[in-house]
Amino acid sequence: MVATTHDVMPDIELYQPTDEANALSLASTLGEDGWLLAGGQDTYGWLKDRNKSPAAMIELTKIDAWKGVRETANGIEIGALTTLTEIINDPLIKSRYGLLSMAASRVASPQIRNVGTLAGNLAQDARCWYYRRGLDCYRAGGNLCYADAPESLNREHALFGQSRCVAVSPSDTAPALVALDATLVISSERGQRRVAAEDFFVGPAVDIEHMTILRPGEILTSVLLPNSWANAEFYFEKVADRNVWDFALVSVAAAMKVSDGTIQDARLACGAVEAKPRRLTAVESALRGKPRNEATANQVASIATQGARPLNYNHFKVPLMENLVKRAIRG
Amino acid sequence: MAYMHIGKDFVPPDVPGKVTGRIKYAEDYARDGMAYVRLLTSPMPHARVVDIDASEALAMDGVYGILTADDVYPDGEQNSTGLKVLTNEPTLIGEPILAVAAVDEKTAENALQRIAVTFERLDFALDPLDSMQPGGPNAYNGGNTFVFREGFARYEWSRDQVTAFRNGAEPTAEPQTTWAYGDLDAALAASTFVYESTFTTAGYPHMSMEPRSAMAYWENGKCYVHGSSQSLSPVAEGMAQIVGCPIEDFIFINEATGGGFGQKARPNSIPSMAIPAKMSQKINRPVMMRISREEELLIGGARVGFQGWIKVGFRPDGRMAALDLYIVQDNGGKGGGGDHSSAADAISMLYQTEAVRFRGAGIGTNTGHRGAQRGPGQNQIAPIIAPIIDMAAQELGLDRLAIRRINAVDEGDTHGPSRSPVTSAYMEEAIAHAEQAFNFSERITRSRQRNGTKITGIGIGQGYHDAGRSGMDGIVRLTPDGRLKIHNGVGNLGTFSYASTSRAAAEVLKMDWDQCDVVTGRTDRHVPMTSPQDGSNSIFTNTRTNWGAAHDLLAKMKDIAAMDLGGQPDDYDIDGSRIFRTANPSVGMTYAQVAQRGIELGGRFSGQEYPEEMDAFSKLSVDRLAGSGLIGVFNDPRHNGTPPGLCVAMMEIELDTETGKYDIKEVVNIADCGTVVHPQGLDNQLRGGASWGIGLAGFERHLYDPQNGLPASTGYWQSKIPTMLDVGRETLTGGVDLPDPENPVGARGVGEPAMGSVAAALASALWDATEGHLFNTAPVTTDMIVNHYAGTSESAKGLAQNNFRG
Repeated sequence: MVATTHDVMPDIELYQPTDEANALSLASTLGEDGWLLAGGQDTYGWLKDRNKSPAAMIELTKIDAWKGVRETANGIEIGALTTLTEIINDPLIKSRYGLLSMAASRVASPQIRNVGTLAGNLAQDARCWYYRRGLDCYRAGGNLCYADAPESLNREHALFGQSRCVAVSPSDTAPALVALDATLVISSERGQRRVAAEDFFVGPAVDIEHMTILRPGEILTSVLLPNSWANAEFYFEKVADRNVWDFALVSVAAAMKVSDGTIQDARLACGAVEAKPRRLTAVESALRGKPRNEATANQVASIATQGARPLNYNHFKVPLMENLVKRAIRG
Repeated sequence: MAYMHIGKDFVPPDVPGKVTGRIKYAEDYARDGMAYVRLLTSPMPHARVVDIDASEALAMDGVYGILTADDVYPDGEQNSTGLKVLTNEPTLIGEPILAVAAVDEKTAENALQRIAVTFERLDFALDPLDSMQPGGPNAYNGGNTFVFREGFARYEWSRDQVTAFRNGAEPTAEPQTTWAYGDLDAALAASTFVYESTFTTAGYPHMSMEPRSAMAYWENGKCYVHGSSQSLSPVAEGMAQIVGCPIEDFIFINEATGGGFGQKARPNSIPSMAIPAKMSQKINRPVMMRISREEELLIGGARVGFQGWIKVGFRPDGRMAALDLYIVQDNGGKGGGGDHSSAADAISMLYQTEAVRFRGAGIGTNTGHRGAQRGPGQNQIAPIIAPIIDMAAQELGLDRLAIRRINAVDEGDTHGPSRSPVTSAYMEEAIAHAEQAFNFSERITRSRQRNGTKITGIGIGQGYHDAGRSGMDGIVRLTPDGRLKIHNGVGNLGTFSYASTSRAAAEVLKMDWDQCDVVTGRTDRHVPMTSPQDGSNSIFTNTRTNWGAAHDLLAKMKDIAAMDLGGQPDDYDIDGSRIFRTANPSVGMTYAQVAQRGIELGGRFSGQEYPEEMDAFSKLSVDRLAGSGLIGVFNDPRHNGTPPGLCVAMMEIELDTETGKYDIKEVVNIADCGTVVHPQGLDNQLRGGASWGIGLAGFERHLYDPQNGLPASTGYWQSKIPTMLDVGRETLTGGVDLPDPENPVGARGVGEPAMGSVAAALASALWDATEGHLFNTAPVTTDMIVNHYAGTSESAKGLAQNNFRG
């Protein structure tokens, strides 16, 4: 039986480490029982609805080492606990990696951006309403996808990469980081591992119960943006029902190196069309060497949606995605 | 007419409390030893409770008790579609089954987890047309519809009739209800432009900011309920009956209400507020019941959705000659209403249609509690009819404003099946006012102008609601300190009506506002019975009662002056809180003195006598006030005709043809609501109505999963209530400000039409921006616009309800 409304927090142990070692130790010790808490925007709903029941929470907001923006030899490093508002306003990010500022500025609402962190935005769970409602779907460990049945309400769901689950990546900053060729730093008691943003996210064919490669005991601690895409020509656009608060119906993030009007190199990714940001490698290949103009946009955009498999109510995402890619190319 | 108070801004007494956060809502109250209630609600759209085993929960530390439907209805539940306090026969997900009281909320919530309820799962319906087919599921136990005075019944169309309707054809089945006037066939024959189509409008929840939480306790045989309601005295009377407490021992307290849009107006739409009172009686403790956002969505009421067919005929000069309207309305799992008929009536009123036939049916679905929501029926049809009128203008070669002027309701006009006359109407003046405020002649030149991928649309919309009642009571009291106490039974739901209607009394008595006290907020302050604060009626209804009560007080003052100072009552006048001889102003009494004399004289002067026609509730209040001042009482006689609340809106949008998004550049919303009583209050209503209208035409809708009947739009996020960034940068408001003859200060209501006009204007602007495309649905969402331009479509079945369309 599906849970009815609750709206009362359960009892949870709260840990508030003040340094990295303590946090990593707690994460390791508590494992799956330790819920990582940053801005809390993907936490309290789960817990108040009692659809997730962790034994303990590890609040990370007191660890300054994982906050702020620092210049490095190869680019910049952003602490994963930096708030989205700080990312929007940071002069380094704004001047060199404006794509990320643009994407962060379209996340949810000002109130949520003030407390929501980059890590939280990247690592948030699927927003499929069936899953969030507490149904026993594949992603929740069951053996059914309620969103991919003949009468399912799946207007916001995936065009690509459906594999038993049709949820999409809800993150606005994720496609921007893929387009910027970012590297994500994952820390644990065992040390650090670095992965390309593109590889941080996983689809249901790889892991149906997780949206990222983060595992119990691991914490996303920083994001590295390389010099190679600093000051490129950027484009970000998110189409959502409302101009604030809503998750994307489709979003596009593009970084292009253009010389004398000709596209030398490009990285494009779309959000909300697959369980992970969908990098448009075929589009990127088609763009190299072409002028950045309307004609190129019209010629190339349809490549973006090749292989799309619309569900009952998301056919509109195909033309919408093509249009956004066109707009990204046109600039 | 030059008024002292009417038409002037003032600071309503509750504003400082609201600005500082000091004002108290139901959840802000607490009593020593208070228990907390949580609700176990139905997890199924349609079920029957077979067994409840609460033994484990009741054995928990800190659990005080449970309350079930058997406690509330020992003789069995009523056979109706009305919301119950608690039920064993839920017809919607979220319907309260039982309540648990405990030392705190967490204990109560944990106790709920240990209660085993055995449900018998029953068939459920989410779409009226599915239910109406032979063999279709019934939303209720005993049928798919409820017939007044007859009970549950089964209403069916043949499978072919449903399929043809879904595919766009005129319904051919016998309606449940119908009315008509004029010669429809002749009117259609005389029409040179006839438009015919099916259409849908979505149901969606009220989503009041403050949920219907309540706290209750019993003390010395009296029951005190702190609640959240649109109305004060009418809710108290009905709530006392639901609780089972004599009205003289029942006190309803509601100082402020965080929003109510039709489903907090009457006790039968908020019966859950009786739960803490009944629980308190059972466990002998004060009880707080906090209602969650999702619970508010599920039992808080929702707009009725339409599956309709419309045929409209226009003469060559643009006159709307004929309207043929057939609407199947979605009555949800509880409630229902007359929205479908009101939709036809609204067109009849707004466009003075020469011949109308209305046919309709109301069918239950297991999709939440339905009932009146701001302009029930009038506002659903507004965004459907507006672009049809635009198309008629285009086809007949008429100006889009001109066709609205040609059809405008005016003095002496009538409407609806009873051909009731309007008390007054100034639609043409409202159109002219909006035209000027919007700078229509300049903006219309931008119509359909392209700018890259964007295209400009200009929209015009009109809204209507019958906006005034009568027959209610007024009580005012002059106390020996010289202050005027205006006892007002109107609720405080943010419109300031409780205060602005009180100013009619101050106006009669020429009293400075700072010498007046609005006495309201709880019934033990002794307020009169008034109409529920719904249907945009308060400003009309309660300026009449307060005006009348103040005149009664004035007459008594003159009687006292004549008795004590000589002469005839008519020899006296008032000003400056004194009553004095007109011929010799030095001969007179202060208001304080006359109040004291009223007490001394007793009888009719101080509330020992009052009109027999007054409501029993009002009489009780006067009885309890007797002897505390010079008291004016009034039972308002009935008025004649329909006082129409009318609005005209204009809107400019820029639509992006690639994204389906549009930017609202400007909105103008102008009211014809008679005399403007409170300019800031009117501005608030028109702005709020504009946001609501944009929600109706562009965003909001109920979603229920066809597989399991689960609601998908359960919070503010999922319900797509428009935000500040969705409603346009500029909203200009204003009023025609011409008096209505049936109201002593000339006022009519405005709350509901202020929404329909803007919903219609947005639909009209989308028609214009899409170069004449009719979506025939509300809301028109991003995906529908993208599909329109791409030539794609979704897999939705025709006329789907509680689902995506397009």
